[in-house]
Amino acid sequence: METLLGRYKNLIVLAAILFAQIIALAVQVRRPTQEGEIRLVRVWAIGAVTPFEKAVVHTQQWFREKWVGYVYLRNVNTENQQLREQIERMKLEQTRLSEDAKMARRIQTLLAFKEQYIDQTVAAQVIGTSGNEQSRVLYIDKGANDGLKPDMAVITPTGIVGKIVQVSASSAQVLPINDQTSGVGAALRDSRLQGILKGTPNGTTTLQYIMSDEPVKPGERVITSGGDRIFPKGLLVGTVASVEPGKDLFLNIRVIPSARLDRLEEVLVVTKIEEKFPDTKELGPIRASDILSERLPGLPTPPEANAAGSAAAATRGATAPAGQASAPAGVTTRPATGAGLTQQNPNAMTRPATPPGTTAPKPNTIEAAQPATGTTPPRVKPSPSAGTTTGTTPLTTPVQKPSVRTAPDTETTPEQTTPDTKPQQTSPPNAPPTTPPNPGDTPPQ
Amino acid sequence: MTSPAMPFRGSYTSREQMAAYEFNWLAIVLIPLVAIFVQAFFTAKLRWLSILDLPMMVVIFFAVARRNPISGCVTGAIIGLMQDALGGPAHPIGMYGITDTIIGYMASSLGVKIDVDNPGTRFLIVYIFYAIHEAVYFGVGRGLLRQPLVWSWSHVAIAALANAVVGVFLFRFLDRFRQR
Repeated sequence: METLLGRYKNLIVLAAILFAQIIALAVQVRRPTQEGEIRLVRVWAIGAVTPFEKAVVHTQQWFREKWVGYVYLRNVNTENQQLREQIERMKLEQTRLSEDAKMARRIQTLLAFKEQYIDQTVAAQVIGTSGNEQSRVLYIDKGANDGLKPDMAVITPTGIVGKIVQVSASSAQVLPINDQTSGVGAALRDSRLQGILKGTPNGTTTLQYIMSDEPVKPGERVITSGGDRIFPKGLLVGTVASVEPGKDLFLNIRVIPSARLDRLEEVLVVTKIEEKFPDTKELGPIRASDILSERLPGLPTPPEANAAGSAAAATRGATAPAGQASAPAGVTTRPATGAGLTQQNPNAMTRPATPPGTTAPKPNTIEAAQPATGTTPPRVKPSPSAGTTTGTTPLTTPVQKPSVRTAPDTETTPEQTTPDTKPQQTSPPNAPPTTPPNPGDTPPQ
Repeated sequence: MTSPAMPFRGSYTSREQMAAYEFNWLAIVLIPLVAIFVQAFFTAKLRWLSILDLPMMVVIFFAVARRNPISGCVTGAIIGLMQDALGGPAHPIGMYGITDTIIGYMASSLGVKIDVDNPGTRFLIVYIFYAIHEAVYFGVGRGLLRQPLVWSWSHVAIAALANAVVGVFLFRFLDRFRQR
């Protein structure tokens, strides 16, 4: 017996070690870890590796800051000049966008829409990965001591990254969206079609469960749908790279993530999301006529009427008093002053209307994390003359008709869908026109 | 090579080459830790580096240098479990453990029979063991755990080549820590 054991000692040890590990695998399959639970062996391994990773990352960052801040200052003046110019441009842009955001918030308040605001974030540095090809998890240098918990969203300014799966005292494990075990509720921004974004074994991401008869085009943006209760709705996910027919009547949509998942350095962990009504305290009073004008569809102006109206308005515009705008026939003229939606924003004259319930602006794009800025629905950029309402500027703007398949929380009735063209009629629809209608114009209903 | 006077003992290694090496305990602890650290740290900066498997190379190195199947098994199991522990929650602990245990055992058994100090031999050893490593991992994942793993011959061939090239230089570096 002893001879036999001695002779096959190596094989017996091998078999024993393998058997023990197979049993351990079976136990894990039978009894998976609960939410937030972390196995002791993982705690040991993370505790052995992450302190070194943190030390290296922080040292590297310290040297980089010193180098960039004190030594390598080449072209800084030029860069400063460019940045100043950029700030000026962005200030102008912000003024325009803030008006849109105010209007969107008013409408959302009236429709009792609750918005999800990213209330609090924690900045963290990526310090390591699992190191193998099969698991793409990342490690960040913040943990339970910093208020992190499992299932918190991890984002970057360019797009979402993933969610936190395990937390230790001073580090946390992030499951990126391109891991094969990951799943994110996502939607196509333009068509509002919803699916699930999943990772693949080779590290790409696909949007699944979109029916093959749906029109999906490469280049379309993908945003979070909010259905997973982890990512707030409206965060940028990526762009559709290719669309192919897949199995079981579903499309195979490959998505390129907006965040560079293979070269992440700093991320933001969303530690608090607040659901509240938009703040309209500083927006001023809301007139019923403004709401009506936003909600009721207008009438399209025939092209010939436009042309005639333009000619007539050109004549009228020349004689119009300063500060009072003239409009083509068939569209009521509005006063230049007073509290109202569009009166605060001259550009609104050319803005395609966003009827409530269809393509309501999404406040939760990452840029909109600060509620002051907000985001705007896709629209036609106003021409330089768009801010004035001279007769030569047509008041009707073609509107991209949004799909009736809307976001799940926005119920759309046929009456609320946007017509193809809509004049920006801001006064009550029954108000008599101040200018005589052209013969070709359709009388207001 | 065996001299004509000596009886053939089923080995292609000379008595000199068959000598098992020992290592300082500090090296035994730190080398695997550093390999796992480097693997985890640098793949965060350059994702494509995950094609390399430094911990597996360390398992092979220790196994062929010590030429003891039991220590090869144990080293492989410990390093593999460490790798598993750093994986996500969907990566069960034991997948790399089983794989590296088998690799450690096979490498140490092979180290007794052939000259493993030759760079050419080392290249071949790492190349072949990487392929075996991937096959065992795939078998455990698909066979035992029903995981959706995908087998790609081209990927395995390229990754094995990259590992073999790096392995030759890594073994050369690690030779400095050997003690007779």
